Amino acid sequence: MKTAEQVAREVRSGATTAMAELNAALSAVRERNEELNVFLHVDEKGARAAASRIDERVARGEAVGPLAGVPVALKDNLCQNGVPTTCSSRILEGWRPPYNATVVDRLLAAGAVPVGKTNLDEFAMGSSTENSAFGPTKNPLNPSRVPGGSSGGSAAAVAADMTPIAIGSDTGGSIRQPAALCGLVGVKPSYGLVSRYGLIAFASSLDQIGPLTKTVMDAAIVLEAIAGHDPMDSTSLPEPAPSLVAHVESGVVGKRIALVRELVDGADPDVVASVDQAVAALREAGATVVELSIPEFRLGLSAYYLIAPAEASSNLARFDGVRYGLRVKRDDVTAMMEATRTAGFGAEVKRRIMLGTYALSAGYFDAYYGQALKVRTRMIEAFARAYRQVDMLIGATTPSVAFEFGSKTSDPMAMYLSDVFTIPTNLSGEAAISVPFGTGEAGLPIGVQLLGPGRSEALLLAGARVLEIADGRP
Amino acid sequence: MTLRNGWEMVVGLEVHTELKTATKMFCGCANSFGSEPNTSVCPVCLGLPGSLPVLNERAIELAMAIGMALHSTIAPSTFHRKNYFYPDMPKDFQISQYDLPINLGGYLDLPDGSRVSIERAHLEEDTGKSTHLGGSGRIHGADRSLVDYNRSGVPLVEIVSGPDIRSSAQARAYVVELRGILIATGASDGRMEEGSLRIDANVSVRQADAPFGTRCEIKNLNSLRSLQRAIDYEAARQVDLIEEGGTVRQETRHWDENVGATSTMRTKEEAEDYRYFREPDLVDLAPDQSWQDRVRAQLPPMPAERRSTLRARISEPVPTVLDAVEVVIDLGLDPFVHAALDRGVEPALALARAANELAGDLDGTSRLAAAAFCDTLLMEQRGELSATQAKTVLAELLARGGDPRDIAALMGYEQLSSDSLGSTVAGLIEEFPDEWTRYRDGDEKLAQFFIGQVMKVTKGQANGKAVVAELRARR
Repeated sequence: MKTAEQVAREVRSGATTAMAELNAALSAVRERNEELNVFLHVDEKGARAAASRIDERVARGEAVGPLAGVPVALKDNLCQNGVPTTCSSRILEGWRPPYNATVVDRLLAAGAVPVGKTNLDEFAMGSSTENSAFGPTKNPLNPSRVPGGSSGGSAAAVAADMTPIAIGSDTGGSIRQPAALCGLVGVKPSYGLVSRYGLIAFASSLDQIGPLTKTVMDAAIVLEAIAGHDPMDSTSLPEPAPSLVAHVESGVVGKRIALVRELVDGADPDVVASVDQAVAALREAGATVVELSIPEFRLGLSAYYLIAPAEASSNLARFDGVRYGLRVKRDDVTAMMEATRTAGFGAEVKRRIMLGTYALSAGYFDAYYGQALKVRTRMIEAFARAYRQVDMLIGATTPSVAFEFGSKTSDPMAMYLSDVFTIPTNLSGEAAISVPFGTGEAGLPIGVQLLGPGRSEALLLAGARVLEIADGRP
Repeated sequence: MTLRNGWEMVVGLEVHTELKTATKMFCGCANSFGSEPNTSVCPVCLGLPGSLPVLNERAIELAMAIGMALHSTIAPSTFHRKNYFYPDMPKDFQISQYDLPINLGGYLDLPDGSRVSIERAHLEEDTGKSTHLGGSGRIHGADRSLVDYNRSGVPLVEIVSGPDIRSSAQARAYVVELRGILIATGASDGRMEEGSLRIDANVSVRQADAPFGTRCEIKNLNSLRSLQRAIDYEAARQVDLIEEGGTVRQETRHWDENVGATSTMRTKEEAEDYRYFREPDLVDLAPDQSWQDRVRAQLPPMPAERRSTLRARISEPVPTVLDAVEVVIDLGLDPFVHAALDRGVEPALALARAANELAGDLDGTSRLAAAAFCDTLLMEQRGELSATQAKTVLAELLARGGDPRDIAALMGYEQLSSDSLGSTVAGLIEEFPDEWTRYRDGDEKLAQFFIGQVMKVTKGQANGKAVVAELRARR
């Protein structure tokens, strides 16, 4: 399948049309969606209208954006005007947002063609898409395995060659982990780089939107198109989108990189071996790699599982049956709210709402939520210390390759551990990228993670590009 | 009202005021009272999934202006979420300031010389408005509930006083003075009847100098009358309870205006756990010095200052005049009085006409030119209009505006020139020689007799003062 870069170039030159690319995407969806359960909704009509607009502009000789005619899959926690948006939850069934997320507006402005909404773990809570109310998504590379999560549908859409690019959201690893498990590039941008307006919040202080792509260059193109200040998001960084595409081929000569012990400890041997080979490749390309221990990383998981559920317990309060989505009728408003939420939310969402409510409760706040905030501060300080010594960090994205369905569903802690390497970056609000490097058990892809300080996306993309070349994708 | 047996009430007030911004606190929807239900709404103030709040700078400025008028410290502040489920609150949490409010500390001096400390004045958002139809008419047991989200996200400032108030009259004076400040800063229109000012009162009782007793919070007092009655009732209830051997339970109470009593809404044990935590969708608020300076430079004079300025221009220390000063300051009518004094109108007349005629039609004052007010009063002072005529002319000016001379002419008010008044008085002196002699010999009471006679002859169109002047001139 063509990359986004190729599609946009060919659409601009007239070698292909947006409609032809869309038709190819739609037929790929028709062919495999039933088997893989990638898209929850395909907006064929809207997509055709968007594709026509691009083709008309090209015909009139007008300028079209960097993603002209590129089909894109949207994680179903992003609002798109008039298109059903569910967060893979019964509680939002039938709801159609009356507005576009800023990211959707920016994709459209860049010429992209949104094809539909992809499956996720309910409200982005999970690491396998097994928590979706509409059934799990299967890994296109091996349908007996999970695609990862929570952006599993978006990862599968690209891995199954349905769309060249997809958009996901990453609260604790939800872009990078499925990217690693599906053999894709996935970026968790610095907090505030991409507007969250229109992203249905899981944990507001951790959520970031980012791309899932086949190539590093495509990730740079997409990120450049969707990044930049948005007056609708108070936490959005004040500056315009950084220049990223221009830096992809910058290489790593003279860069200092640290292999972090805590980002490989506990990983399967095949994963550790890939990270070691990646380190060798970076050295080969001119970087200096040292080893470093950041013990604070061990505290990340515990802090995350207090902060994220605490925020979620508040963010998900609005799903009460009063204004939109599911309403289970009862005689009394309190009873209606209880019945609606009981019927509308799945087990994992309820578990996290309970956890978060507890962590914020009077008498427990200091011991749980308050303590987690202190850990978060220490995490930020630990990252800052590391980045005074080196330019970026390297480690594994996930402890293992894609796992079997059902292998972790009975044990929430085992599932939570699959995000142990990705969570620290969310807590610090900094940047990280996962790039495929080598394969492991059953020939499945392995993801290597590069981490950098806030606004270091250009550096990380250049590092990932070096690994991409070294892994045989020039 | 004083409490019996040496009991003293201790009152602290929480006053919530809607800010008069053009748009809501976190979105661009119009902040308007009385629109069709659910017409001034958008994804943000409806709390739709994915929407995010963005702070309204004008709301911050008005909050700072209130704080500056209350001598508060403008502090770096944060926003929190106050979590509870309620259908008229679209996110099921309210964005409010918690441990770090924008205005910290301060005080308010009352006209009687007492000082009430201010603990804080913080920003928060208003909720929507529920209407419960049929059945019980309350949220539980109604047939249907309707929600109007026009008010959702309207900016509010909550001003929390220290427990310094010792009587319901002082509580009232505090609210009146505070309302004057809110009107002066442009933060609020101060209209309690439209709900732009809502008050919660914390009331406890104690023996003088004893530690504070257990307090009860009375919610949603929406008029000065309710405020005073509720505080008096609640303090008396607590005294009764304690003297009967009971103890006051910390609880939230509801004031029923019709019954004239408070009743339990919820006890401390039933109080909700709001699970406050920092609002992650907003950034911290720290207005820099130059922004603060700009707001401070635009602050108009506050009621206390305006009151002393006005008092300094009034020589006669008559209590009724002082009452009129209060009314004039509370209602912001002092510019009219100053204009009249500048033109040589006597203070008592200027105050009386402002505190009565202008206060009676506040909306009309927007149509009344200060010059027209002054001209009317000068005509009255010169005897060209009687008091009754002057009031009628003012009423017309308030209703429709215009020139007082044209109005007087149109109304057919005969210009009682001093010539015609002189000849009327001369005629009466001839008609009542005995009375005139007694007056000339110093019996001032007879002045009233002659005024009465002049009024009879002129059908009330003469000016009493002018008659006295005429009598004195001929004495």
